[in-house]
Amino acid sequence: MSATGIGAPVRRTEDFRFITGKGQYTDDINRAGQAHAYFLRSPHAHAEIVKIDASKAKAMDGVIAILTGDDLAADKIGGLICGWMIHNKDGSPMRAGGHPALAQGKVRYVGDHVAVIIAETYQQAKDAAEAIDVTYKTLSAVADIDSALKKGAPVVHDVAPDNTVFNWHLGDKAATDAAFAKAKQITKLDLINNRLVPNPMEPRAAVGDYDAGTGVFTLHTTSQNPHVARLVLSAFIGIAPEHKLRVIAPDVGGGFGSKIFIYAEETVCVWASKKVGRPVKWTSDRTEAFLSDAHGRDHVTHAEMALDDKGRILGLRVNTKANLGAYLSTFSSSVPTYLYAPLLSGQYNIPAIYCEVDAVYTNTAPVDAYRGAGRPEATFVIERLVEVAARERGEDPALFRRKNFVTQFPHQTPVIMAYDVGNYSASLDKAMDMADVKNFGKRKKDSERNGKLRGLGYSAYIEACGIAPSQAVGSLGAGVGLWESAEVRVNPVGTVEVLTGSHSHGQGHETTFAQLVSDRLGIPLDQVAIVHGDTDKVQFGMGTYGSRSGAVGMSAIAQALDKVIAKGKKVAAYALEAAEGDIDFKDGRFSVKGTDKSLAFGEVALQAYIAHKFSGQQLEPGLKETAFYDPTNFTFPAGVHICEVEIDPDTGVTRIDRWTAVDDFGVVINPMIVEGQVHGGIAQGVGQALLEGAHYNKDGQLVTASYMDYTMPRADDLPSFAVGMTSTPCPSNPLGIKGCGEAGAIAAPPAVINAITDALGHENISMPATPQRVWQAAQQSQRKLAAE
Amino acid sequence: MYAFNYQRPKTVRQAAGLLAKAGGDGKLLAGGQTLLPTMKQRLASPAMLIDLNQVDGMSGIELKGRNLHIGAMTKHADVANSHVVKTAIPGLAALAEGIGDPAVRNRGTIGGSIANNDPAADYPAACLGLGATIVTNKRKIPADEFFTGMFDTALEEGEIVTKVIFPVPQKAAYEKFPNPASRYAMVGVFVGKKGSDVRVAVTGAGANGVFRLPEFEAALKTRFNAKSLDGLSVPADGLNGDIHASPEYRAHLIGVMAKRAVSKALGK
Repeated sequence: MSATGIGAPVRRTEDFRFITGKGQYTDDINRAGQAHAYFLRSPHAHAEIVKIDASKAKAMDGVIAILTGDDLAADKIGGLICGWMIHNKDGSPMRAGGHPALAQGKVRYVGDHVAVIIAETYQQAKDAAEAIDVTYKTLSAVADIDSALKKGAPVVHDVAPDNTVFNWHLGDKAATDAAFAKAKQITKLDLINNRLVPNPMEPRAAVGDYDAGTGVFTLHTTSQNPHVARLVLSAFIGIAPEHKLRVIAPDVGGGFGSKIFIYAEETVCVWASKKVGRPVKWTSDRTEAFLSDAHGRDHVTHAEMALDDKGRILGLRVNTKANLGAYLSTFSSSVPTYLYAPLLSGQYNIPAIYCEVDAVYTNTAPVDAYRGAGRPEATFVIERLVEVAARERGEDPALFRRKNFVTQFPHQTPVIMAYDVGNYSASLDKAMDMADVKNFGKRKKDSERNGKLRGLGYSAYIEACGIAPSQAVGSLGAGVGLWESAEVRVNPVGTVEVLTGSHSHGQGHETTFAQLVSDRLGIPLDQVAIVHGDTDKVQFGMGTYGSRSGAVGMSAIAQALDKVIAKGKKVAAYALEAAEGDIDFKDGRFSVKGTDKSLAFGEVALQAYIAHKFSGQQLEPGLKETAFYDPTNFTFPAGVHICEVEIDPDTGVTRIDRWTAVDDFGVVINPMIVEGQVHGGIAQGVGQALLEGAHYNKDGQLVTASYMDYTMPRADDLPSFAVGMTSTPCPSNPLGIKGCGEAGAIAAPPAVINAITDALGHENISMPATPQRVWQAAQQSQRKLAAE
Repeated sequence: MYAFNYQRPKTVRQAAGLLAKAGGDGKLLAGGQTLLPTMKQRLASPAMLIDLNQVDGMSGIELKGRNLHIGAMTKHADVANSHVVKTAIPGLAALAEGIGDPAVRNRGTIGGSIANNDPAADYPAACLGLGATIVTNKRKIPADEFFTGMFDTALEEGEIVTKVIFPVPQKAAYEKFPNPASRYAMVGVFVGKKGSDVRVAVTGAGANGVFRLPEFEAALKTRFNAKSLDGLSVPADGLNGDIHASPEYRAHLIGVMAKRAVSKALGK
């Protein structure tokens, strides 16, 4: 391992600009003559728009234009799309209601877009918004799954009179029923996977700019996948053909999934820039982010596990209702289906699984992928079930898990996934050792002496990352292929620019991707530049989400680097007057086998560009290669997290005393960055388990629309994490990478809740396990103890 | 934020004059930790903002005999870090140390906090729990008469808080259970003992803001010990309920925080 190659804990090279305030985020972009947009949003969860009177507002100082859904319709601008088709049990397609970027006739959630005001300044636009007189006919709202599914409930979209987007299933129902019929034990759980607001540090923003001279639109936007944004804005929404639309996602300050999607605001800014003949800029404020960023999770689930008399799992039956909000966001339909049910097998041998999912419209913000996307929900179901099943049997939860672990690979689950490699017992052993599980009993007694309750919870998670083989996702309904592209440009003096379709919004790609180049080409990091986030520079890209940038994005780079080295060998053969087959490349030098003749990588690059030695031959000048990499399988990061909590029964406060994470991410490029990803993931997972919850009241008003009521995890909510690794390299990509970005958020919630329920002695607690809920649950425990 | 006029007087008298001139549309700016966010969200729109930060003699901490004088414009951080406060009333310094975050503590002021009388603010509990006197440009108001309801005080039109006088107690402590999201007091209990007098003041829980607990005070007068509160409870009626805490949970927490405050005051 070199000091900057694969496996080296190199400091993040991008951090200098971030921590010195030199980052260029979308809100830092200012175009000459730019105007400012403000969106008038619906104060009602559900209402018909009878009339919009903007006459007074239009006359106000600085107002350039006020545009509504009628203007979009007149320009034949299409609605926002959902790019993943899900079919109902009977084979019919899901029912997707229209999603205009500005409301047309009806608003469906608080924060829905009624009109855009474009003015010289943001304040003027905001002032004018207050002067617009909208006449609404308010309708009853459905703010949660249960009320949406009631008979006679208000209808969100006419295409779905029962508010059901789809009823979908996966697995073998008959085989599962048979497994339950012969079960000796059936463990049942009702679970709520609480709704979350993503809260990236940088709110969303967009600057649309139309050049009347060339007819080209430029959109700067906070996107995790600028090419996908361009594709959707071109091919589906109809802003402009792709060669006339440039999308740039510059520095982006966190996404967690919420910036994958194509939203109303960037659509309107880019469209309106031509309409008003001025660049149009919009930056979300934090309240708007709460109201209109796509939320995450929001499942209600009933799950059952069948076991034989020896405690071996026979089958799993899961019924989930998923809230998708008022409109189908870009990838919303895939989250509670193909990103969820295929993970229900967890790390276990489960012969039969059957999962039904009803997706529901409600008068709430759209719900889509959020860190983990479907996999945290699945992990919560399976890891709560195995814990409770073990407790019901009076069996040690670690032993119970171990007994049911998959140990033979490859392993075909009954729900699509073919696990390629893993060693689940190794992670469990290491985690138990690091967590000092053997002395837990002693620590529990110490806590009891101080009037505290102590509990220990496991989470043996698995996820499917490296998203994804294009043919596989295509057969499951995806409208796109999920390969990745890369281009490696070697400059004449041997410096390298890598153009990648992956997008970094906090992950540290500029460092890790450069480490791969340094490793392969034997050149220092400072001779490598990673370029991303601009459709005019990068040939194409599917973006960053689903822990795919290492496994898929870097694999594409590796493939392009292989081509660069192959071409370099040809150039070196001419330059060194040797046969191509006699050229070796090692540690940054091309050399002739068995001789001391060699050229450095940079010297060969120069030879490639001056072409003096091979002019007129078959070889083309230059040194630049591209690659498209389509994975052959998902990757399967897995691991064991152990959470130990201490609860104050007098107040209900849960303190996480210890956290141990042992993850198998396959080959790790930069262990320091990986550990940071694990830390961040755990923080968000603990946030879901203990702190965070988006709460709408029955009228569809978001009660938790600010940090006064929405609890974000803070440093003092978290212990110092003990992070360990095991490694079984992934066989399906050239680098052996599995992906690490979502693991913590997937693993953490069941670990926390298993620890709390262990401490309380009963299973009756929901997420977020706030002090109030834990106090109430502790009261129950005391009553239970008193009764015994 | 809407446009507003801004004045920065040098004396309390000038400030009072400007406030009178502005009629009902003037607002005093102390630390601005509530007012400015409210204005930014367009929830408040004073026509005139009268900034007290340049007014002479409104900040500072001084021990005069058995009374601690704290100027209205004294920042929370200065109270928290003051050797004088830490020595005279350590429970008050600790309370100030626990307000908001460092940014809030370095801008927010004691006068601003009590004049605003947020039902979840910390200082009102200290004023009531220590039997403080609130001094204004017009008069002296006992804390028991000052806090009249949620965001409501005995301050009259044109009246400006200039300082707060705390009698130094033998023992005092504050115990706060923070709201998990905002970290304002969901329940905060201040306990003060001076001679035979014991005061127990509760913030964060009451629908009408800060209030005292006579039953708890009587029990503690008999014996100043957490055990004296065993068996006492607070009715949930009249307490706040929200997504973070029901009235019942708040009532329970008042008992727990009161005991912990007493133990803390006793150095346990």
